[in-house]
Amino acid sequence: MGGRVGLKGTDGPVTLESAILMGARPESPERAIRAMKRLGSLKDKIQVITCPGDMGENPARNCGFDPMVIDFSAPGRTTAAHTIMGAAAMLDQKVDLLLFAGGDGTARDIYQAVKDRLVVLGVPTGVKMHSAVFGYNPERTGDLALLYLQDKAKHLKTAEVMDIDERALSSGQVNANLYGYLTIPFAKGHVQGLKSSSPESEQYLQQAIAADVIKNMEDNVFYIICPGTTTARIMERLNLDYTLVGVDLVRDKKLVAKDLSEKQILDAIEGREAKIVVTPIGGQGCLFGRGNQQLSPKVIRTVGRQNIVVVATRQKITSLRGTPLFVDSGDPGINRMLSGYFQVITGYQVRAAYRVVC
Amino acid sequence: MSMNKKTKLRKFHQAKWDEPIIFELGEKGERGIQMPVVEKAIEAEIGDGISKLPTSIVRKRPPALPEIGQMQVLKHYLRMSQENLGADLNVDIGQGTCTMKYNPKINEQFAASHQFADLHPLQDESTIQGMLEIMYKTEHFLKEISGLDAFTFQPGGGSQAILGMATIVEKYHEAKGERGKRDEIITTIFSHPSDYAAAAVKGYKIINIYQDENGIPDLAALKAAVSDRTAALFITNPEDTGIYNPKIAKFVKIVHEAGGLCGYDQANANGILGITRAKEANFDLTFFNLHKTFSSPHGSGGPACGALGVTNELARFLPVPVVRFDGETYSLDYGLPDSIGKIRCFYGSMSAVLKAYAWMMSLGDEGLKEVARIAVLNNNYLLKKILQIRGTSAPYAEGKHRIEQVRFSWEDLEKETGVSTFDVTCRMADFGFHMWSSHHPFVISEPFTIEPTESYSKNELDEYVAGLQQVSDEAYETPEIVKTAPHNSVIHRPKDDTLEDPLKWAMTWRAYLKKCALGQRKRI
Repeated sequence: MGGRVGLKGTDGPVTLESAILMGARPESPERAIRAMKRLGSLKDKIQVITCPGDMGENPARNCGFDPMVIDFSAPGRTTAAHTIMGAAAMLDQKVDLLLFAGGDGTARDIYQAVKDRLVVLGVPTGVKMHSAVFGYNPERTGDLALLYLQDKAKHLKTAEVMDIDERALSSGQVNANLYGYLTIPFAKGHVQGLKSSSPESEQYLQQAIAADVIKNMEDNVFYIICPGTTTARIMERLNLDYTLVGVDLVRDKKLVAKDLSEKQILDAIEGREAKIVVTPIGGQGCLFGRGNQQLSPKVIRTVGRQNIVVVATRQKITSLRGTPLFVDSGDPGINRMLSGYFQVITGYQVRAAYRVVC
Repeated sequence: MSMNKKTKLRKFHQAKWDEPIIFELGEKGERGIQMPVVEKAIEAEIGDGISKLPTSIVRKRPPALPEIGQMQVLKHYLRMSQENLGADLNVDIGQGTCTMKYNPKINEQFAASHQFADLHPLQDESTIQGMLEIMYKTEHFLKEISGLDAFTFQPGGGSQAILGMATIVEKYHEAKGERGKRDEIITTIFSHPSDYAAAAVKGYKIINIYQDENGIPDLAALKAAVSDRTAALFITNPEDTGIYNPKIAKFVKIVHEAGGLCGYDQANANGILGITRAKEANFDLTFFNLHKTFSSPHGSGGPACGALGVTNELARFLPVPVVRFDGETYSLDYGLPDSIGKIRCFYGSMSAVLKAYAWMMSLGDEGLKEVARIAVLNNNYLLKKILQIRGTSAPYAEGKHRIEQVRFSWEDLEKETGVSTFDVTCRMADFGFHMWSSHHPFVISEPFTIEPTESYSKNELDEYVAGLQQVSDEAYETPEIVKTAPHNSVIHRPKDDTLEDPLKWAMTWRAYLKKCALGQRKRI
């Protein structure tokens, strides 16, 4: 709700207070109604389960639904805790689709509650929407929800939950972090982001990339596998357990350790040869410094530039629209070291010579 | 808003036959042809024609061919012909990158004449002097147009010509003792996708160069990509955006300095015939598509021919045979000890060579330049007209002329109305226009590529633009009409998940049956 009064969001009680004092009005209910109106044809075919008041009940009734309202106390202003409680209740109810209205902060709350256990979809109503879990606009979000509920949009996609640190942003720094992945329905032209291909074609490319990386894996070398769905395919192809948002360690195609911290990585690779396999964050192109802070300047320096393997699907490169990849490791020297061109693996035996800046 | 509305769109409605495919027609035992009884004299010579064949090549069971009468076959294919928009029927400029131009019918008659059609590739050279002369002279024309020194017509299309280039590159480095070491081929993201694919088929690693902010390949990226592993650069210029890379000679120099060869994909030569040449940019190899640029019909309407040319240094690697002329007699020379061997049986698609020869002879050198000039003029006329249509854009090189085609975008239209390029292509079919939702590799969002060539009249170009204008207006005013198109055409709206999932494809009837049997897809 803070966008129109010049705030970059309303996450946190102090920011929310400022927004209200500046005359901001909640935008979610009105935009949620625009999305829900698209579900009108299902009025007698689906049961809407929602939260009280403006958290869902009012928009649902406004659209002519007679919702089942989850009973929990949310008087006055709602907070992130209410969102988390509501989402957890939806999980208990085993809903087919969790349609939520909000921005990146709300997406994080939903992620905290449901992880990958529900299919969700965001109606874009927030100020910050770096996450890939939102529809293009309320109407097209409603259309996609309709297609999904009618079993016409059969494909699911793992989509990034991103958020910018609002305190850092208010002091002029843009630090978008990867918090996790939600499962969303997918149909071309309905979801935000520039990826133009279907989940199938991207998955095939991810498999091809994984095959290339595995083919070139050397014996006795540690492979530090960074977060992301592209790198996850490597682990799947090796039949290894992995953490989607964490850093895992592989040697001789076997899992050494999962979800490592900076210190654990440094301890493991000390005096050994190691390579980092990293994928940039889709849409923004950050290679180091967002969502993979375990790969600290010290780790990067220890491994060395020549041992960094960058992987990305062509769709991900395309989504950058010609802008370079970037690094924000926190160490200007390391950032400079990483600047220049990398040969990004974009398929089996296929590379893109692509620029990295800091 | 509607600046292109003066041209009236025709009322079009396509025939729809709901025609099954031929394997689903006919009945068991139905026959199209009754073979005549063998004459006694022949039977005395060869017997029944089967029992003397080696058992290894005799079928164990008859082929699973359709069983259907001649008349039904004729109807089947006529109905099918009415259910597509053939090159001779519609304004085909929406099939950008394919250089759809007029294929003079008299050239088809030459190819169908018994003087040509009755030739057999195993005839003695002395009996095919005329055809060898045409091959020799066509090669001479292409040498003049490219500046390179020797050509072969063996490749059966552009992709096979690129495969030929990659094979020559491999042989060249092998001769220098560097075959294993040089295992990378560099190309650009807006070059033809086969530059990437054909090189990959040869086992080369591929390095793609993306475009810079001006839409031309990033020179700094090339510098970073070349190394002692570089075997070659394969590049198109102008690229599929229609933007000419003015730094092309620098690209070639950088790769040469690293020890690599440079292959020029001239699939987009239609706007530069007689204007620029491969030689002046120091390319080592090149190819032209006779079936596009030189008026022989394109692709499935072909047959195609990728005329592959090289410098004198690489001529020893060309496929055999090559045509020689001693001042009196034409001959076929198989004596190239370093030849890469055959790319295709015999000499290539001779009908494409014949048609290209006839086309060049009818135009002359000035005529070929005029082709390029008109193709560029038509393209830039369309560029201006199309950019007046709401929702369109032409990414990169804003305000500058393009060569022979433009990769446009409907991205603004899609954002503002939800109508995608795919929707537009479906709706354009309602007006009798073919348009495809080009193009791999989708760097430009919601792309469509228009290439008007020299063949289409101003009236036809205006008619096509009026179609685009109409669809744009509808997208903003009544988008459902576009999103539910086609209404007057027989084409369907194929689903993306079907097109992009190889498990669901069936390229042949047999593959379709196999996938159905394996449960990978439903039998329709």
